[in-house]
Amino acid sequence: MSLLKYESQLREPLVDGDKDYHQVTEDICRPIEAKPGRLWYIGFSIAVCLLLFGIYSVYREVTYGTGEWNLNKTVGWGWDITNFVWWIGIGHAGTLISAILLLFRQGWRTGVNRAAEAMTIFAVICAGQFPIFHMGRVWMFFFVLPYPNSRGPVWPNFSSPLMWDVFAVGTYFTVSLLFWYTGLLPDLATLRDRARTKFRKMFYGVTSFGWSGSTKHWQRHESLVLVLAGISTPLVLSVHTIVSFDFATSVVPGWHTTIFPPYFVAGAIFSGFAMVQSLLIITRKVLNLEDYITVGHIEAMNKVIILTGSIVACAYLTELFVAWYGQNQYEWWAFRQNRANLFSPYGWAYYGMMFCNVVSPQLFWSRKLRRNIAFTFFMSVLINVGMWFERFVIIVTSIYRDYLPSAWSTYYSPTIWEVGFYLGTLGLFFTCFFLFAKYFPVIAVAEIKAILKTSGENYKKKMTETEKMDAEKFYIEEVENASAH
Amino acid sequence: MSIKKFVVGCFDDEKVLFPAIKNIRRAGYKIHDVYTPFPVHGLDHAMGIRETSLHTAGFIFGIIGTATALGCMGWIFTSDWPLNIGGKPHFPLPAFIPITFETTVLFASVGMVMTFCYLCQMMPGVKKHHFHPRATDDLFVMVIECTEKTNETEVISFLQTNGAIEINVQEAETGWWFGRYDKQQKLYRHEEVGY
Repeated sequence: MSLLKYESQLREPLVDGDKDYHQVTEDICRPIEAKPGRLWYIGFSIAVCLLLFGIYSVYREVTYGTGEWNLNKTVGWGWDITNFVWWIGIGHAGTLISAILLLFRQGWRTGVNRAAEAMTIFAVICAGQFPIFHMGRVWMFFFVLPYPNSRGPVWPNFSSPLMWDVFAVGTYFTVSLLFWYTGLLPDLATLRDRARTKFRKMFYGVTSFGWSGSTKHWQRHESLVLVLAGISTPLVLSVHTIVSFDFATSVVPGWHTTIFPPYFVAGAIFSGFAMVQSLLIITRKVLNLEDYITVGHIEAMNKVIILTGSIVACAYLTELFVAWYGQNQYEWWAFRQNRANLFSPYGWAYYGMMFCNVVSPQLFWSRKLRRNIAFTFFMSVLINVGMWFERFVIIVTSIYRDYLPSAWSTYYSPTIWEVGFYLGTLGLFFTCFFLFAKYFPVIAVAEIKAILKTSGENYKKKMTETEKMDAEKFYIEEVENASAH
Repeated sequence: MSIKKFVVGCFDDEKVLFPAIKNIRRAGYKIHDVYTPFPVHGLDHAMGIRETSLHTAGFIFGIIGTATALGCMGWIFTSDWPLNIGGKPHFPLPAFIPITFETTVLFASVGMVMTFCYLCQMMPGVKKHHFHPRATDDLFVMVIECTEKTNETEVISFLQTNGAIEINVQEAETGWWFGRYDKQQKLYRHEEVGY
């Protein structure tokens, strides 16, 4: 019962300010019901412009073929696959926050999980564009799906890592979407019951599926979320593992290593959290949600960043060491000449990656910097730049100089349409996020209410007073009052 | 699906709600449901609701997924169209594990969510009677069903002494129907009751 709820005073409150249940609803629903501010319109317009440029770039690619990109005989995977891996990595934070942190019973998850899950879904949508358009004849993309067809039937090769990717990314997208949406249902019902306009009544009426808040439904909901969290946890780990198999199962020097799965998963979480930081720091400011996404939340995420960043750093160095220690001349060449040599054509990318992902996150050991919002924002952008470099380094430096030195002269750099495609997915991502922030609650209202009485600032103050009370008085005041009702 | 009469009592604190439920159950009234804005832990036990077996459904769906994936891949590669890929075996179990795992997760989660929606009777376009608009905001709404034997005024005063802050009597459809939330709708019976 509520009077027995207790949380240590050493823990920071997760909800600042003097809040009750109604105030939580008000704070989170107000930005949705009010007209969006100027900043929203500016941001949304920029995102839509980027998206339109991206659509035009894709139109060029589809019309004139992949020759519109600078891919060549040796560099068959360039910006497109780099961006695919980058986006899919970013898409790992949401489900990690909502699944793994749920199983670990981390209360701070509640403030950030909704936005992070939405971000995951948009990132996976962006990621999916790249392999699909990389196929060239995109109108035949359904050939990857295993269905009884009139072509033989010719089935896809189920032993191929690229086929595993289709299943992994498809499943990940579906499960993330279901997870996000089942969590949203109660909050959409809250919006429905508050709705004053005809459109909002209809829209939230349809999207909330007739949720009523019945105890039995909550019981099933809790069970559903717990099991989904349980099966999403290995799913999150499997998705980037399978993406890493695309590289690791090949025999290309620089790709053919067993360290890839854990290294990729850690990198994915690292970049995902950085993206969550970038988005939430802006969101909390624009929507006035500083009481719900507190500095404590940002610090907690920075701790995850430093952990995963250090795993990534460890993986980089291990990889380098093993390339030397393994005594395979091709592997060592890929590392010594194509990557770690600063004066090689792509040396700048390798050292850029090392600086952004290995050196700079170590600054987060300082508590002061972890709790500094401007610095965190700067770092989150830097880390995502670094993680983009990582994928670029892995892909391009391993293949641009293959076994035929005659092919070495070609230096791969993207055309404007390759860059445009990338900018277009950034536009798609932010367009989706802006629409989400306008029409959906960016914070899980029901989940915040569930932790309010243990982790709300005003309730924690009351707890301190109760703590000082002697047992007899506590019994008279709390227990007898409660049973008197 | 029928229209029944209910006494609705609203509480604004879980601390008050729990003893009230206990007392009302002890007095022998039939609690139709308690609507809460967030999952209140222990409320299902206090109301005497049995544990859900949704997770069992999830397990069964998962097993179906595993069997489907392994069965399909095995059938395709060994009997329907045995491709020779570099002389590798036609049933390479280790290479089938990623897809089997993904399909298991996919079936389990999609199946569970669909079962959840079916059990809770939720779908886009479904409309239900909601006893209080603040049940999804900050109130805990206890709904007591009136049978022929129930004395309404007695229930109301009982709720009052147990700390309900708002009490009213409603006649309502208990099931769901297809409808829109932006429209007031009249159902097939009880013309005077507007939904």
